[in-house]
Amino acid sequence: MTTSTVDHEQRHVPEPLDVAALRADFPILARTVRDGSPLAYLDSGATSQRPNQVLDAERSFLTTCNAAVHRGAHQLAEEATDAYEHARATIAAFIGADVGELVFVKNATEGINLVTYAMGNAATAGDEAARFRLGPGDEVVVTEMEHHANLVPWQQVCRRTGATLRWLGVTDDGRLDLDDVPEVITDRTKVVALTHQSNVLGTINPLAPVVRRANEVGALTVLDACQSVPHGAVNVAELGVDFAVFSGHKMLGPSGIGVLYGRRELLEALPPFLTGGSMIEQVWMETSTFAPPPQRFEAGVPMTSQAVALGAAVDYLSAIGMDRIAAHEHALTEAAVTELDAIDGVRIIGPTEVVDRGGAVSFVVDGVHPHDAGQVLDSLGLAVRVGHHCAWPLHRRMGVPATVRASFYLYNEHSEVERLARGVREAQRFFGVV
Amino acid sequence: MQLESMYQEIILDHYKNPNARGLREPYDGESFQVNPTCGDEVTLRVKVDGDNGESRVTDVSYDGQGCSISQASVSVLTELVTGRTVREACTTMEAFVELMQGRGQVEPDENVLADGVAFAGVAKYPARVKCALLGWMAFKSALVEAGQSPEANGVEVT
Ligand SMILES: Cc1ncc(COP(=O)(O)O)c(C=O)c1O
Repeated sequence: MTTSTVDHEQRHVPEPLDVAALRADFPILARTVRDGSPLAYLDSGATSQRPNQVLDAERSFLTTCNAAVHRGAHQLAEEATDAYEHARATIAAFIGADVGELVFVKNATEGINLVTYAMGNAATAGDEAARFRLGPGDEVVVTEMEHHANLVPWQQVCRRTGATLRWLGVTDDGRLDLDDVPEVITDRTKVVALTHQSNVLGTINPLAPVVRRANEVGALTVLDACQSVPHGAVNVAELGVDFAVFSGHKMLGPSGIGVLYGRRELLEALPPFLTGGSMIEQVWMETSTFAPPPQRFEAGVPMTSQAVALGAAVDYLSAIGMDRIAAHEHALTEAAVTELDAIDGVRIIGPTEVVDRGGAVSFVVDGVHPHDAGQVLDSLGLAVRVGHHCAWPLHRRMGVPATVRASFYLYNEHSEVERLARGVREAQRFFGVV
Repeated sequence: MQLESMYQEIILDHYKNPNARGLREPYDGESFQVNPTCGDEVTLRVKVDGDNGESRVTDVSYDGQGCSISQASVSVLTELVTGRTVREACTTMEAFVELMQGRGQVEPDENVLADGVAFAGVAKYPARVKCALLGWMAFKSALVEAGQSPEANGVEVT
């Protein structure tokens, strides 16, 4: 091992993005809103915009080889199946998974429900599914910073099975409270489900200590990677998680397509959730056997052009480089935190130290409700999100009913951060609090 | 700027200086309403005296938290319905709901809506219509809980 002093020469500094050039790939970014203001799209945490390359890939699939995949033997069916499976391979490689470990779902929400319902089904499945069974005395651990998508399905599976839901807390500055880990994750814990990056706080969670503890007690780990996979290099194998989910629409891809990653050995033992066509091996009148994964989890004719377009989105992101995207967003986040923090009466909800922190910046403005602040920003062409961002318990924990959230992506510019800060000052002026 | 068309002075006044907040006893009906997309909340109580058809809203009290639109709207509501017959209050409610759901195409009648006309601009912003209606939804439910549905008082609701 070398004793490396990390100085600026040695550290790998990614080449800056040519934002102006890549913005040209996103036609929507050129539009104006609300009486002619140029759009500043600061809501990619909710959904991202799509470049021409992704739109063209979807259209090209539909105009050349559209057919039901895994069903026909004609040429179109063959080409459609190839395109669909090629997209699976592209996306699997992107996150460091094997192609058979990647299941296409509608979105992250469906991915988590797939896991929770399949675990519920383990009660009546064979012995190979025993490790997925939940019952009274078992515990499921989540965190207080989860999106409802990674909370409500766990509440529900606990209700159905009699298991108990527990959670890791959040510190005042918006970090996961690791002190809770040994006490909350115990021999009773069957599953630890947590977010990689908070969609509200921006916090990037330290996974290593949580995964280590989960492994120690033999619990499964489920990662909500919705806000991490789109914004930086994620390798699920290196992270050592058992399952991970993310949504295509947050990473330049279409809506209606998402991904569930599951370690091969686990997917092989996991009972199905949705059943029907395409997921079977043999069917008789009385009973059926199921296909191996990933087909076992893709019942019915799947989203096809959407999967192909998500593959194109991954190609687009990969060609730019995830480290460059992460560095660009880091710089925007640093600027936003600095500019907003400097405004009297503005409080950032989440870490103000821009370390292990992604590009979701949520804040409150004294005397101006987030809804009203958002309305002023909207009138200036700034698209932000207001409300609780599907993380109501987290907002309660942070002591605020709602926040304004600006979230960044590769196509955002520093000038938009400046407009945001000016807009917040304008909101303060409009509501007479300064 | 468009903003002024939404945030009329009356709305900002009611937001900054709302009619007495705080829940009061006695009351006949109470309702808690929350907007699940943003978390805005209103709890509202009504006191009604007299029989169906003749009954009168003698007190309205509320508490809540939320944006200027939701909180100003419930403050205006208390002015528009307190002391009125249930029939009149429900007619006003109907006019307000119609205005809010009109996407800016409905001409408000100041004789019926008084300060409520200030919300006409909000109707052009579909995402905020729910804010303006939150208190009114609470009022309607509280009336029903008090055994005073609009229908029982001869008011057709849409
Ligand atoms: C952290 C996180 N988890 C889960 C989701 C749910 O994603 P979707 O609505 O695409 O299923 C989102 C986005 O809304 C999110 O930000």
